[in-house]
Amino acid sequence: MHSFVYRLNTLVTFSVLLLGVLCAGASILDSFNSHSVRAHVEVLKVNRFRRQLNGNDEVALTLNISVDLQSAFTWNTKQVFVFVAVEYETPKNALNQISLWDHIIPDKEHAKFETQVTNKYLLIDQASFLRIPFCIKNLIIWNMKEHGSNLRGKKIELVLHWHVMPKTGRMIQDKIGVSSFQIPEAYT
Amino acid sequence: MGLFGDSLHSLRSLEIRQAFSQAVSLGIIVASALIIWKGLICVTGSESPVVVVLSGSMEPGFKRGDILFLHMSKDPIRAGDIVVYNVDGRPIPIVHRVIKLHERQGTGEVDILTKGDSNPKDDKLLYARGQLWLQQDHILGRAVGFLPYVGWVTIIMTEMPIVKFRFG
Repeated sequence: MHSFVYRLNTLVTFSVLLLGVLCAGASILDSFNSHSVRAHVEVLKVNRFRRQLNGNDEVALTLNISVDLQSAFTWNTKQVFVFVAVEYETPKNALNQISLWDHIIPDKEHAKFETQVTNKYLLIDQASFLRIPFCIKNLIIWNMKEHGSNLRGKKIELVLHWHVMPKTGRMIQDKIGVSSFQIPEAYT
Repeated sequence: MGLFGDSLHSLRSLEIRQAFSQAVSLGIIVASALIIWKGLICVTGSESPVVVVLSGSMEPGFKRGDILFLHMSKDPIRAGDIVVYNVDGRPIPIVHRVIKLHERQGTGEVDILTKGDSNPKDDKLLYARGQLWLQQDHILGRAVGFLPYVGWVTIIMTEMPIVKFRFG
């Protein structure tokens, strides 16, 4: 009556269903984990601040980063991807987000650390090429002084983001603002 | 003799009935798979709500054969999001993380730069020739959920010639 294939089918269906329920359960349990992340990031030094040939401002920084992400880890956590990004507003863009440094934390033991780094990705602004032509005695003069440089004297916010990547289930993203920094007026 | 013929007849009608019921249940399976797929497209707002990771550029987070669930919400894309994007001239979409984002004043148009977590360089070389940024319409969705290994089924189906020959 109940052949081998029939039994195997029932068994496989049941185990797949059970596995699915377990995965969903693990993911749901994750959302009860309230994490309190402590982090401190500050800019130690501006290594380079210049204007590229295409008009974009470029900044290289040294950062001091100390984070404690141990509370973000649960038994369903495969890794935590952490990165520091700057956020600022310019006349052209309502929001600029630029990642400066990132790191993959494989387990809870490595989730608390302090490090000094130079930015892995350069802070390159997107210059506003608002070239305003105006004529003086038949000479067209392009005024791009006002809008070319966005970063001189700019106050930027440093934000620490973390992305909890689970063994299975929903991914969790969160962030905290860590500090703000004013970029110098003068190019180096 | 009459008795034997009768039972043969009833057996045959049972066979036909069984064949019909098998065909119907197969139809139900196919239809429900289609309903689930289209339903997911509706709910998530992404035209391909489930994707299989094919390359190792996001290791160790995502390995080949893992499945990602995409969502295309109204929330704007932000740095750190893992997005799936299409590049003109490339048949297969790419799953990478947003590392730079510029959102215009007023219009809200975005310029996005992505990078694979385990790649040394950002994706500018992967984009179409002359393309520096991704725009909103390149994005297929944002990864919100993750399921390991399940995608191997489709990888084996599409890449192993014997299996392809037998089933497809």
